[in-house]
Amino acid sequence: MSAVGTVAVLTQVTVVVAGAPLLTGLMRQVRARMEGRAGAGVGQPWRDLRKLLRKQPITPVGTGPAFRLAPLLLVATTLVVAALVPLASTATPVRDSADLLVVVTLLALGTVILALAGLDTGTAFGGMGASREMTVVALVEPTILLSVVALSIPAGSTNLPAIVAHGVHDPARLASPASLLAGVALAVVTLAETGRLPVDNPSTHLELTMIHEAMILEYAGGDLALIELGAQMRLTVLLGLLTSLFVPWGIATGTAAAALPLALALFAGKVALLGAGLAAAEVFWAKMRLFKVPELLAGSFLLALLAVGASFFLPGN
Amino acid sequence: MSGLVGPALATATGLAGVGAVAGAFTLERVRPALVGVATAGVGVAGLTAGLAALGGGAPWSASLPDLLPLAGVHLTVDALSGLFMAVSGAVVAPVALYGIGYTGHGVSARGTQAVLPVFAATLLLVPAASSVSSFLLLWELMAVTSLLLVLAEHRSRAAVRDAGVWYAVMTHLGLVALLIALALFAARAGGETFPALRAGAGEVPPAVRSTVFVLAVAAFASKAGTVPLHAWLPRAHPQAPSHVSALMSAAMVNLGVYGVIRVGFDLLGGGPRWWWLVLLTAGAVSAVYGMLQAAMATDVKQLLAYSTSENMGLVLIGAGAAGMFAAAGEHPLAALALAAALLHVVNHAAFKALLFCAAGSVLRATGVRDLDALGGLRARMPVTAGLFAVGALGAVALPPGNGFVSEWLLLESLVHGLGVPGTASAVTLPLAVAAIALSAGLAAATFVKALGVGFFARPRGAEAASARESPPVMLAGMGLLAAGCVALALVPGTLAGGLSDAVAATGLTGPDGPSDPSGPAGSDAGWALSDGGVDIRLDRLATTLSPLWVAVALAVAILAVATATRLLTRHPRRVGAELWDCGGGAPSARMQYTATSFAEPLQRVFDDVLAPEQDVDVTPTRESAYLVERVRFQRRIPDRIEYRLYRPVLAALAGVGASARKLANGSVHRYLGYGFSGLVAVLLVLAVTR
Repeated sequence: MSAVGTVAVLTQVTVVVAGAPLLTGLMRQVRARMEGRAGAGVGQPWRDLRKLLRKQPITPVGTGPAFRLAPLLLVATTLVVAALVPLASTATPVRDSADLLVVVTLLALGTVILALAGLDTGTAFGGMGASREMTVVALVEPTILLSVVALSIPAGSTNLPAIVAHGVHDPARLASPASLLAGVALAVVTLAETGRLPVDNPSTHLELTMIHEAMILEYAGGDLALIELGAQMRLTVLLGLLTSLFVPWGIATGTAAAALPLALALFAGKVALLGAGLAAAEVFWAKMRLFKVPELLAGSFLLALLAVGASFFLPGN
Repeated sequence: MSGLVGPALATATGLAGVGAVAGAFTLERVRPALVGVATAGVGVAGLTAGLAALGGGAPWSASLPDLLPLAGVHLTVDALSGLFMAVSGAVVAPVALYGIGYTGHGVSARGTQAVLPVFAATLLLVPAASSVSSFLLLWELMAVTSLLLVLAEHRSRAAVRDAGVWYAVMTHLGLVALLIALALFAARAGGETFPALRAGAGEVPPAVRSTVFVLAVAAFASKAGTVPLHAWLPRAHPQAPSHVSALMSAAMVNLGVYGVIRVGFDLLGGGPRWWWLVLLTAGAVSAVYGMLQAAMATDVKQLLAYSTSENMGLVLIGAGAAGMFAAAGEHPLAALALAAALLHVVNHAAFKALLFCAAGSVLRATGVRDLDALGGLRARMPVTAGLFAVGALGAVALPPGNGFVSEWLLLESLVHGLGVPGTASAVTLPLAVAAIALSAGLAAATFVKALGVGFFARPRGAEAASARESPPVMLAGMGLLAAGCVALALVPGTLAGGLSDAVAATGLTGPDGPSDPSGPAGSDAGWALSDGGVDIRLDRLATTLSPLWVAVALAVAILAVATATRLLTRHPRRVGAELWDCGGGAPSARMQYTATSFAEPLQRVFDDVLAPEQDVDVTPTRESAYLVERVRFQRRIPDRIEYRLYRPVLAALAGVGASARKLANGSVHRYLGYGFSGLVAVLLVLAVTR
């Protein structure tokens, strides 16, 4: 298991890092085409990152270590999560540590450090973004943990490879009411966590609506490149997590080396499809008023609660 | 090992006496140092005694029949007592060291300094008591000494007196409840020592058992700051001198939990499911309500006090779940939930003591507790800011903080508990998970606010701008606590043996459960904290957490990302630049977000729960009603439970008192009439009943 597993972890991390900007490019391209624009091409985010990395790094006056460390920690937490989540194979050397609770709390750690960086700038926008982001995080957390509980009851563990392997071996379970409800709940909070419509608009710089963008306004150059890459990787990893949990077919559960390329290709295809679908849907959505967002999150919380109830009262078929 | 307990406890008591004498009779110049060293000695001795008791062997016990008339003093230190004693000792020692530097504000006065070592000693001795009379005596001594310490600054601030009254009244109502409960129990069980209670618990009728449990839990839960009996805690803890706040919030509240576990599990030997449902519900409500109030608080010490209420709520969720599982016969699972609760007690003690000490450093340096007037301290007090960050990481329950390990263990036990048959668990456990998750989310927002607004960005007031770093002795005390936090976060496995011994001492793993909860790998069910992390093996669940691994992976990833960016960029040197702020130019310090504005969106979301009071006062000019001269805006977020539950009762009592005044109008004839009618009434009663 060790050699193939190690290769699986390394390749899936590489695929996430290399593919995350491409996924964003694809989503922007889909959106552009549907809106009747030509679009900048799928590779544009990569070109943006290269451009940013070449610029002079800047430390704004009055900022401190939190501001400097946040880009590094954001990417680092996402890298660790990308290694933990079984995107290509469940038989990896890190399988014992790949706990679903660890994964979601590591992602939350990235958000928290970014909010601290927003406050560290001491600007009105930084504080505003941090305040809004932490409000969303506080409301998203219960839904995520309840969905985790709902998903871990049938598998008997919060261990992510165990849950995914359980889904691969017992596909009927994926169509159970508990799994479907948890899926919808997790999908809603994924939108909130990654700052997509209708919770946040990733392409806005209008002060009334900004959440994520307001926190990172002061970043420039290489730091901004890291933040952009981190955000793109988070989107990829979270979409990958959704596909691993709810459409796990193709993920290698054994130690056969041949299954790995197929699994990676399927992973890329699934995430690209999901991303394209999300981009297509976003064309028809408007951003919600900030104080309507809690209603959306309360709805997803209710779904997650129903999912736990369903997993208890309707234990599989 | 347990042979060490007796000498260590004797040393602790002796040192407390020496410290009290030193506090009362030495010059003010040397007083804090002498008292601090003696109190730190008390802490170290307590830690030694606790660890010795955890080290295995038979429980240490002693009986001192001459010390107290009629009943005598009985002491027993088993593993459960040892755990709480070790936690108290480990908190007392560094906090006492910190206290040497934390002077001024009337803290170095004779009385305050003399009481401090005694309070520290009671924190160690309460868990050692093994008879009703000794327990109540030590419990009351702890309450009175802590009350005197809360009142240390009563001359300078009126709020301290108010807090003192609240604390005095509530702790004594708690004492009355506890007295009734334990006296009733002792009367029915036929003995007042704990072994006699344990032996006689089976004979006590169920109704009496339930009365004992409810009264005792009400008293203990009030000490632990559980909603709705928490009203004293967010008043008294912030008003005490900061090192006393740390002792109260990190060590004294634990003893409330100790009482619940000792009486509920050990002495009464468990009970029906509804007991534990009540406990679990109270814990869940406190967790959410406490954290919500903390998220709204702008006073940094009040924020920490409400967070104590939240964390004790989490602990009670664990204890309640353990009782529920035990009532359903799931002993390994109950042991797991209780171990999670105990681990959270340890973790909370570490990070809360550190946070209160750091807040005290800020208070000492600036004289300000209001986050809205702080800011920019990371440049002026870098060590304090870093230590506060370590504590905050523990408090937000995110990896790699120490709070995460115990919350993870707690969540795992609840997730697994869903497999326990019964509708009650199917309904309550998901709600408990939701409560834990909501409080975790709110905790993240709260501590981002405390750290980001209090320490980062630029100073919002002159006091914060002129802050200076604390003296080395305070930093050393906080450094010890921070080292404890880091150790607990990375190698929780070192507590493995102690925790399972403590759980076993409650009698949870009874005859039908496996004898050793941390059994060998071959056993079918159990949980273990190993050096690498936490392994859980139960029949329906097997999972692992390796906090050390997560921390190392994060460190490696940070290094990798930093190296990669360094290699890819063409400009290795950073340059300074002005803040851009959307092109708005250099923003002034007053344009920063404050703690109030940071919490505003959350306050809007939870408007119906918090019920803030808003006051807008528009004064028009004399010439026209349409021209505004002045607008005053005021918003307060009062503790709603206090307003809705306590104020009406207090008002009614005050009304009764006022109307009773009419009975005594100064007329001697009337008083003679009262005496005469009283005598006649007594005679009549005697005539009728005889």
